[in-house]
Amino acid sequence: MIKRYFFCVLSTLVVLGLAACSDDQKTPVELGNEQQILHMGNGDEPSDVDPHTTTGIPERNIQVALFEGLVGKDPETLDIVPAAAESWEVSEDGLTYRFQLRENARWSNGDPLTAEDFVWSWRRALLPALGNQYAYSLYSVRNAEAFNRGELDDFSEVGVSALGERELKVELTRPVPYFLELLDHHSMYPVHRATIEAHGREDQRGSRWSRPENFVGNGPFVLKRWVPNQVVVVARNPGYWDAESVHLNEIHFHPVQQPSTEERMYRAGQLHITNTLPEELIPRYRGQDHPALRSFPFYATYYYEFNTQKPPLDDVRVRQALAYSLNREQITDQLLQGGQTPAFHMTPPGAAGYEAEARVPYDPGRARALLAEAGYPGGQNFPSLTLLYNTMESHQRIAVVIQQMWKRELGIDINLRNQDWRVFLASKRSGEHDIARAGWVGDYYDPNTFLDLFVADGGNNDTGWSHARYDELIARAANADDEQQRLNYFQEAEAILMEEVPIIPIYFYYRNHLVAPSVQGWHSNAMDHYSYKGVRLEAQP
Amino acid sequence: MGRYLLKRLALAIPVLLAVVTITFFMVRLAPGGPFDMERNVPAEVTANLNAQYNLDAPLWRQYVDYLGDLARGDFGPSFRYASRSVNEMIGAGFPITLELGLYAILFALLVGMPAGILASLRPNSAQDYVPMSAAMIGICLPSFVLGPMLILVFGIWLGWLPVSGWGINPGDKVLPAITLGSTYAAYIARITRGGMLDILSQDFIRTARAKGLSTWRIVRVHALRGGVAPVVSFLGPALAGLLAGSFVVETIFQIPGLGRFYIQAAFNRDYTMILGTTVFLSALIILFNLLADVVLVWLNPQLRKNL
Repeated sequence: MIKRYFFCVLSTLVVLGLAACSDDQKTPVELGNEQQILHMGNGDEPSDVDPHTTTGIPERNIQVALFEGLVGKDPETLDIVPAAAESWEVSEDGLTYRFQLRENARWSNGDPLTAEDFVWSWRRALLPALGNQYAYSLYSVRNAEAFNRGELDDFSEVGVSALGERELKVELTRPVPYFLELLDHHSMYPVHRATIEAHGREDQRGSRWSRPENFVGNGPFVLKRWVPNQVVVVARNPGYWDAESVHLNEIHFHPVQQPSTEERMYRAGQLHITNTLPEELIPRYRGQDHPALRSFPFYATYYYEFNTQKPPLDDVRVRQALAYSLNREQITDQLLQGGQTPAFHMTPPGAAGYEAEARVPYDPGRARALLAEAGYPGGQNFPSLTLLYNTMESHQRIAVVIQQMWKRELGIDINLRNQDWRVFLASKRSGEHDIARAGWVGDYYDPNTFLDLFVADGGNNDTGWSHARYDELIARAANADDEQQRLNYFQEAEAILMEEVPIIPIYFYYRNHLVAPSVQGWHSNAMDHYSYKGVRLEAQP
Repeated sequence: MGRYLLKRLALAIPVLLAVVTITFFMVRLAPGGPFDMERNVPAEVTANLNAQYNLDAPLWRQYVDYLGDLARGDFGPSFRYASRSVNEMIGAGFPITLELGLYAILFALLVGMPAGILASLRPNSAQDYVPMSAAMIGICLPSFVLGPMLILVFGIWLGWLPVSGWGINPGDKVLPAITLGSTYAAYIARITRGGMLDILSQDFIRTARAKGLSTWRIVRVHALRGGVAPVVSFLGPALAGLLAGSFVVETIFQIPGLGRFYIQAAFNRDYTMILGTTVFLSALIILFNLLADVVLVWLNPQLRKNL
């Protein structure tokens, strides 16, 4: 009897399980291929889609679909291409830009997109009370910084104005050779005034204007559905000026935090494109030349920064000794194996044709001599330093290897300390650390985004290091008329940086993710800049 | 019974207040704030941001304000998910976590109880050792191992079931419920076995056997009610544990439940979200424990005398 009951229960479970699945059922990817619906893994749950209050990559990946700046980037070449503006002129002195907006550029509710929309939007992005953490990306516009810091109340003194319906004039404080690069940052996107005003104050974070039922944007897609921690769905915007080049009907952004979950979803046919690939699987995918694997250099550097205010790291010889004793190739080729390249200087190669000539050598012999010169022969009496990093498997592995390298080559002991991300940021800011892990992703595709980090008053210079000549070179580069001259200034600055080593570059990032073979027209690029125009799904025969 | 219930409910209020107070000050003690970024932003911007969320007021003032909002049932806006309130997030996540928890418990009961009963009928035989060894493995196997294993077998190799999602693709609720429920199934099997052995060794069962009743009838009519009492007292805390602890399974299977919101909130220093979910889950745990006690009293008339 008992056995029969047990059997009944088991068979019910099996039947229930099997009823749920049938063999000829199509996967979401197969269905998506038929209906032009793209499924993407998108990392964290987006905090919002309002381009003026968010800071993350998952948000940006969605905003690229929902909004459009004055100019865009070609996803293949990263060249600047016209977007909401069809053309522009730059004055001789490089201080004034005039943009002509497209006649047929519209909001998704049918309203025409005007120059005044940009003026109002940039003003909102800069409103002090909004607390936009990326407002600084507009700081090259005249008086924008003063307005954002609350030192100037009258927005008409800020260098952006409408000259009629479709002409926008932008004045800069100083010439910025990469100004157009900045314009496709989400802080510079236009937002729809009437919609924002209908759902709250203009300087209010998180009003309901960015909900699917209220949303109005000017991008190739509109927000259709948003279920927290489940999916964000955007649907094609039929009123978009270039709707012809949009082939996808919908994009589903799945917030998948775990790379391993994402990879399984890919294999089970639930995602076309993953956001990333678990590090431990990269060598295997590379080994079998997997057709879905896309690997490409990413415009970002992984490095350690020294707290140069604290002895013994205030001694340049000690810093050099630490920097010269790292075998970077061993880290990239044997430890990481994800395609990363060893970094012997700060700026990743590629942008603006700039290839740094300065090198941090790998020279353990010289490192030992320098350390002895600084008063620590063979590592004797060297104080115990702490290396701080945020909790993550890969940071841990790198830190352990570097700890061993320093022990072996220099005879010194380093303590490792890992902290949760927010605690790590707080510790770093308080300056308690000796050495800290850091990574910098280029804000725009120009060497300046890496090199101006280390000017004396740079907001992100956490090293405490400053160098008058370095600051002067970065300032000169900003004002250089001639492009070659500008790059020469960068070369000299980078040479100083690699001589003084307030930071030690370790490797240049490499991105690996999976793109299903049915996805046509998808270009992976060094800025990891997504573009959904021109993407088409074709089922494989 | 009514007075007993009222008394228990009244006791819950100081407990909840203590939970709110301790959580409120603990999260503030944790280094790092909700708006910290790797990139340093101008101090004015951070100050304005703090002002938007009342974080510039003195801490005691924020605490008093929070209690005031709480009394009105308002958990406040989420710091991280700007356009959403904590109430809304809990409203979205909780039904899903509850559904997952109920399926998991259901699975645990359907598998665990029969296994436990089966084992108790022939103690120290193969019929005992096989299900109990399986239960031991079930207890030892954490969900972050079992989940990916099930996914690999049923999702990827056999292709029978979806590997992630909740209510999106048919059958996507099966694997998460089994993953979450299996540990509890194992516990329930062991608890049932213990409870049943206890009852089956008593005199009235021997009498029933002597009268020639079938094993099935003895179990069903005489032993089961007493034998499963320990399971019932386990269920209250178990369901509460399932709700608060479903985070791992929700992450593996990409389920938009409360557990994921809760853990993300802690990492994001989303103060209101941490507080809101903590208070909400505490209230639930108190409630489930109370319910379990009530059911126990109903099952065991002897306990009623003490009320």
